[in-house]
Amino acid sequence: MAVEILPGDFDPWEIVRQAEQAIPANARGAASVFVGRMRDFNEDEDVTGLFLEHYPGMTERELERIVAEAEARWPLLGCHVAHRVGDVRPGDALVLVATWSAHRIAARDACSDILERLKHEAPFWKRETLADGTDRWVEKNTPGF
Amino acid sequence: MTVSVHYFARLREELGRQGDEAELPGDSLTVGELWRHLHQDAPPERLMAAVNQEQANLDTPVRDGDEVAYFPPVTGG
Repeated sequence: MAVEILPGDFDPWEIVRQAEQAIPANARGAASVFVGRMRDFNEDEDVTGLFLEHYPGMTERELERIVAEAEARWPLLGCHVAHRVGDVRPGDALVLVATWSAHRIAARDACSDILERLKHEAPFWKRETLADGTDRWVEKNTPGF
Repeated sequence: MTVSVHYFARLREELGRQGDEAELPGDSLTVGELWRHLHQDAPPERLMAAVNQEQANLDTPVRDGDEVAYFPPVTGG
């Protein structure tokens, strides 16, 4: 299990490639990967920048707790969570959740559960910069569809 | 008792500071009582909190030396 808070732009697929090296090749029947990126629109307005604040220490602990609880619930072979903080540009990766298991349902359900719990429980906050230069704190998560 | 208080995100900006070092009488109070003591007002709606970096609520006890954080609903991912 690995949890990372990253202050700069990152390549989620490179992290997946490297993390997969640590999973026994003949057992990893299924991998499930979610990559979330910054859009250039939100609630019908153009967004030019995003600042992601976190609570150093608690954020890592919350992510580790969420992953540990998923590992207790599903038979996972590996799990990697990465989350961006600081100033973000449209198109940058914001979040990576990758899970490996022998079978697809464990990998897929664990990936989905970790992502949803991260969004509702881990201490991160987004402040958007709009096209006219004004800032606003994002008040709630998007519904997800 | 002494408590270290942290604020995050919109709350930090609205209060104009990252935190408070609070000197309090007695040896225990709740997260909600600590907010009232510091701000002379009821906690805002949807306020979230942590004690020693673990999720808490307004009824969670706070003791000498604890780290208390107040923040708005989280919006990561």
